[in-house]
Parts: sequence; C-alpha cells; structure tokens
Amino acid sequence: MKVVRYLALSVAAVLFLVPFYLVLRNGLATEQEITAPSWTFWPQEVQWENFALLFSNPAVPMVRSMVNSTVVAVLQTFGQLFLCGLAGYGLARIPYRYSNLVLYLVIATLMIPAAVTFVPTFVVVSTLGWVSDLRGLVIPGLFSGFTTFLFRQYFLNFPRELEEAARIDGLGHWGTYWRVVVPNSKGFFAALGVIAFVTSWNQFLWPLVIAQDQDSWTVQVALSTFLTAQSIEVSQLFLAAAVSIAPLVVVFVGLQRFLVRGVTETGIKE
Amino acid sequence: MRNGRAFWLFVGPFAAGLLVFVYVPIGWSLLLSFFDARNTVTPSEFVGLRNYADMLTDAPFLRSLGTFSLFAVFIVPLTFVLALALALLVNQISFMKAFFRSVFFLPTACSYVVASLVWKLSIFNGVRFGLANTVLGWFGAEPVAWTVSTSPPWYWLVLVTLRLWLQLGFYLILFLAGLQRIPQHLYEAAWIDGASRGWQTLRYITLPQLRTTSVAVLLLLLIAAYQAFDEFYNVLGTDRGYPPFARPPLIYLYYTALGSGGQDFGHGSAGAVILTLLIAGVTLLQGRVITR
Repeated sequence: MKVVRYLALSVAAVLFLVPFYLVLRNGLATEQEITAPSWTFWPQEVQWENFALLFSNPAVPMVRSMVNSTVVAVLQTFGQLFLCGLAGYGLARIPYRYSNLVLYLVIATLMIPAAVTFVPTFVVVSTLGWVSDLRGLVIPGLFSGFTTFLFRQYFLNFPRELEEAARIDGLGHWGTYWRVVVPNSKGFFAALGVIAFVTSWNQFLWPLVIAQDQDSWTVQVALSTFLTAQSIEVSQLFLAAAVSIAPLVVVFVGLQRFLVRGVTETGIKE
Repeated sequence: MRNGRAFWLFVGPFAAGLLVFVYVPIGWSLLLSFFDARNTVTPSEFVGLRNYADMLTDAPFLRSLGTFSLFAVFIVPLTFVLALALALLVNQISFMKAFFRSVFFLPTACSYVVASLVWKLSIFNGVRFGLANTVLGWFGAEPVAWTVSTSPPWYWLVLVTLRLWLQLGFYLILFLAGLQRIPQHLYEAAWIDGASRGWQTLRYITLPQLRTTSVAVLLLLLIAAYQAFDEFYNVLGTDRGYPPFARPPLIYLYYTALGSGGQDFGHGSAGAVILTLLIAGVTLLQGRVITR
C-alpha cells in the first residue's frame, strides 16, 4: 500500500517537473538540437552564451521589461499592504457613524473579479492619460477590496489587551497601529505580501491592455509578444521564460511558509 | 468627531482609490453601455438598450458563454478530483511529505504566459520534434497539429492540461489545510467501531468534514475558469489575430473593446455589464452556500 502511494506520487511529481525541464533544456540548447528529428534529453554542450545573446539582442527588451515587472510588483505589494492594512484596521477598530456604509461598499466589490471589469477600468485610466505609463500599470491594482476585507477580519481577532496597553501608554490610533499592531502582525503581512507579489508578477491581461509601448512592457507582455509573433529564436524565448520565473522560484523556496499561509488565508474566507 | 478624523485617516486613502478605480469605472461603463461609443470613451449618441440587445443576440458573444461552459465542464471536476486525490496521498505519507507538496505547488510560480510557451512550442508543438509528437512517434503514430486542428479539437487537450498543471497545487494546499483541520479522534472512533481504513472512513468522515473546503474550491474553480484569458490568448493567438473558435468571454470582450478592428466601447461596456452581473450572481450564491 505504502509502495503504491509513493509510486503514484513519484509519477505525478515527474509529470509536474517536465515543463521546468523543458524550459531549461530548450533554453540552453542550440536551435539545431531543439528542432532535431530525434529527441535529445540534454544539450550536448550547454549553451551558456545564449544568456549573452538574449541580453544583447536589441529586438528583445529583456532588461527593461524585467525592471518594469520588478518595479510594478514591489510597488503593488507594498502599496497594497499599506493602503489595505490601514483601511482594514480602521474598519475593524475605529467606531464611526459611516463605518458600516464603507464596509458594505468594500464587500460589494468582492463579488466582481477585477479581470471582468478591465474594459471599464481601461476607459477611466485612459482618460487620466495613464496608458503606457507606470501609474496606469500600478495604481488601479492597489485598491483591493478583498485584501482590505481579509485585513479587517484579521484585526477583529487581534488581542485587544495589547492595544489597550498601548493606549495607557498614551498612544492614539495611529501610534497604536504602527508601534503595536503592525509589529505583532508580521506573519500575516508577509503572507498577504507574498501572494500580492506573485499575483502582480504573473498578471497578464491588465499589462497587455495598458502597456502599449514597448518601453512599458512587463516581462509577461514581452514574452507573450515574442510567443504569438514567433519573432525570436526558440532557444532565446525559452531562456527568457527561465529568467522571468527565476525571481519567483527564489520567493517560493525562501518564503514557502508564508506562501502556504497566504494561500489558505486568501483561498477560503472563514 | 475625533473618531471621524481618525477613521478617515485610516480608511480615506483606500476609500478614495476604490471610488476612482472601481466605482467610477463601473458607473461610467453603465453609462457608456447605453450609448454609441466607437473609438472614443465619451458617450456620443444615446441608443437605449440597443447595445444590450445586440450583445444578447450576437452569436459570437453567446458562443463565448458556451465556450466557457465547455471549458468549465472539463477543468472544474478534473482539477477538483486530482487535487483532492493528491492531497489525500500527500497527507497519508510522512517521509518526503514537504518535498511532494513543494513539487506540486511549484507550477504556481509560473505565469500562464510561460506555461503557454512551454505547451505551445514544446509539449504540443505540431511538428515532429514536439514532445507529445515525439512520444507518439515512438509508437509509430503520425504527428498531430495540436493547436490548429479543429476536428477533432485537440486544442482543448492543450488548454485543459495547461491549466490543470498550473492551478492544481493551489487547490491541493487548500485541501491539505482542510484535511489537517479534521479532528483525529473522529478517525479513532470509527476504527474502534470497525470501519475500514480506506473507503469507509473516506466516505463517512473525510469527505463530509471537507464540505466547506469542497464548496469553496468548486466555486473558486468556476470563477477562475470564467475569467480564462491568458492561456487562450497565448496558445491560440498569433500575430495575424485570433482564430474564430474557442473564444471565452474575456477573449471575446478584449477583441470587441480593444481589438484591431476598431475600439467599440459601447458594446464592450454592455458586454462587461452582462458578464459582471453573471459572475456577481455566482459569487452571491457562494456567500449563501458557505455561510449556511
């Protein structure tokens, strides 16, 4: 029984790793090896110079698009944690006449996935003149009703004694939040932050719509353009894919604890 | 009033952004959907409900809902069953448990664009050196044009396996979390009562205890399939455009509102409103089922 279990899991694991193998194999092979009639399992000679070719290819804005993706993902991650954290705390802990009204407005947005409203959002953002602009890429994604809602639920269960102790020390809401609540919620912030980073890095539809000039492409838009047009060599395309995954693999290996927590926090609302 | 100031200090920036980037777009879109708005985002001529009537009688739009349904019929049960099965297997072992969990979760690191690249140009490449065709070749079969053949529609195999690979790990983690919440004493009581360790405990303890997780997973899968765009666009699209088949709702909307054939924001907005109402209905249902 035990043997069968491990056998089944191992077969599944190998199948799951095949695409990663293909990215590396194709990225580090010569064009002839990829298109050869018989399958070569690993390049005869690993083509490290493919890296140099990729990054020096003037037709492929690899550096520029990686920088764009990094800037967008970092700004969206910290921006979301900052804005949604504050709002979640205010909704959870500051009693106010219109507090419920605002909460309902936040909850109402949970029913509508952002991707479905990309046309309306594009209409507004283009009116602001933010097409092919960093602001257009970053700002509309900052105001996540879902993240705010998760923060509110989390802060509702935050131990009140800690906040009361801060009050006695003479701190207001602002001081309590930054000096007591945030430092004691690092795990939760990290969990939502990692999810926000991965989502932002991998998002495609919005950057495709808004980043119309080559200079504003994120790495996903760049890869997609070369994939659909098939305008560069296959090996360089796969190497570019490998480069685009690398930052996330680092996140996955280094921060998996927070990632798993983030998935369970965001996947199922309880 | 001091509370009012503190409240807006915390909530104000977010609320302002929500207003400008969520509520204004939806309101504007509602307005545009009653107007003619071609190549402009300002309403030009009032047409009443005509955009809606056009959309609801537009064969390609209705076909896009059909495409979504067909896609969902395959991808939802397949992901559900396989994620649950792998979660049960991973949950039962102790040696190398973290390793297997990490391997199944790793594809989540890839974007749909990267996965499309691997699926389109390597695994399901239509020429002889594609991986699938190489394997077929070992058995003496002829190469198959996976992404361009419409009869039989092999592209469904490409799209379904792609999404399966990419999203399975996410749901596996959700199932594992659900499994870990089941109290151990339930199993012990069942064993004392003589239940077998395999099928009976699964049927009478594990599955009922996973009910909340299962409902959430099903609806998350459905909502995710509804928003399918990335892999369709990248696997089937070329620089010469998108084929006339296999257009899920967001693909259809993209080419209506932003396609090269002229930007039609009136019809695009009407379509967005219809799709939003449909998905909002499903999500409301989710809230009902989960809080019940």
